[in-house]
Amino acid sequence: MGETIVVTSGKGGVGKTTTTANLGTALAFAGYKVVMIDTDIGLRNLDVVLGLENRIVYDIVDVTHGNCRLKQALIKDKRFSSLFLLPAAQTKDKTAISPLEMEDLCDDLKEDYDYILIDCPAGIERGFHNAIAGADKAIVVTTPEVSAVRDADRIIGLLESADLRDPKLIINRIRPRMVKDGNMMDIEDIVDILAVELIGVVPEDEKIIISTSKGEPAVMDAVSKAGEAYRRIAQRIRGEEVPLMNLEVSNPIMETLRRLIGMR
Amino acid sequence: MLWELLYRLLGRNSSNPRIDAKERLRLVLVHDRASISPYLMNRLKEELIQAISKYMVIDEDGMEVCLDQDDQEVALIASIPIKMIKRDYMDNIHIRESS
Ligand SMILES: Nc1ncnc2c1ncn2[C@@H]1O[C@H](COP(=O)(O)OP(=O)(O)OP(=O)(O)O)[C@@H](O)[C@H]1O
Ligand SMILES: [Mg+2]
Repeated sequence: MGETIVVTSGKGGVGKTTTTANLGTALAFAGYKVVMIDTDIGLRNLDVVLGLENRIVYDIVDVTHGNCRLKQALIKDKRFSSLFLLPAAQTKDKTAISPLEMEDLCDDLKEDYDYILIDCPAGIERGFHNAIAGADKAIVVTTPEVSAVRDADRIIGLLESADLRDPKLIINRIRPRMVKDGNMMDIEDIVDILAVELIGVVPEDEKIIISTSKGEPAVMDAVSKAGEAYRRIAQRIRGEEVPLMNLEVSNPIMETLRRLIGMR
Repeated sequence: MLWELLYRLLGRNSSNPRIDAKERLRLVLVHDRASISPYLMNRLKEELIQAISKYMVIDEDGMEVCLDQDDQEVALIASIPIKMIKRDYMDNIHIRESS
């Protein structure tokens, strides 16, 4: 019996799709059978991040409307034979699918797969309620900005009232240099305020943008820092205890300068 | 000018955006959470009534509990009209014993 995890955020553009693609790939790499569901109906994205956009024949609405069987709509990943994508419909709107249909879909998939990752659309409307309907657990993604954390707080409240308790937090796009200089909230500040368990921090990393251009998740890149962060999060999802990534910045010249003029 | 630049380069700033951000976030969340959950404010009101009723009779209909915000802080403001204060038996006992 598999586990369904919804990746959500409230605020748009903070990294839900990036997170879903990377965690799905990392879990498949570790040998698990994984399906990623894109529930952002009308704004399909996950296919492109994974480089699978040319293989789509059927989508999630085709499945729930009975135009095809579930197996026919699942697209196998290029790299991993145990990784699948159920794409969002591009031409329909969010009401084309209901929370009940989502629940049934997730129940079906749980029979055959170890992890079902649901990429949630931004916002707190119908799309959000669809995305969380079949979920056993939730991951909330935020960036270290006031507006994103505020929306994350709202989402955590909504998840709790939908009985998805103890969501796990990912703080994405951390810029260690800016944190160090006091220009940005720190991990501690955010965890302190949201009072939820942190499952990972992902640094700002150009490799994410490069990987999106190539359609190849950053976890596949051995030197990408964000990729490394996502590999660790995947390990934590599997129940392993791994330390947070060390994101300390040290610039020897600046350190010396600081010490020289006594600004420590 | 040069010093200012050097100060900025070395990460010393008179106002600290990190602390500002955390503070603003804290304030906005106090308000968000309270306004999103009327349930929470209602429960607080119920429990206040219970606690206060041990000591005084209050006008529950005239009672008002709300949040008041300025730039610095959010405060819980309660206006609770009292109809009657109960007699303090404990204190009477105390006086009798000591005399
Ligand atoms: N750690 C990171 N470093 C650099 N760029 C990032 C990082 N995470 C995400 N991005 C970039 O931010 C943009 C938004 O990311 P993504 O599409 O994953 O967000 P989203 O939450 O799914 O957005 P939406 O709400 O629109 O669905 C993308 O262009 C992505 O490449
Ligand atoms: Mg997305």
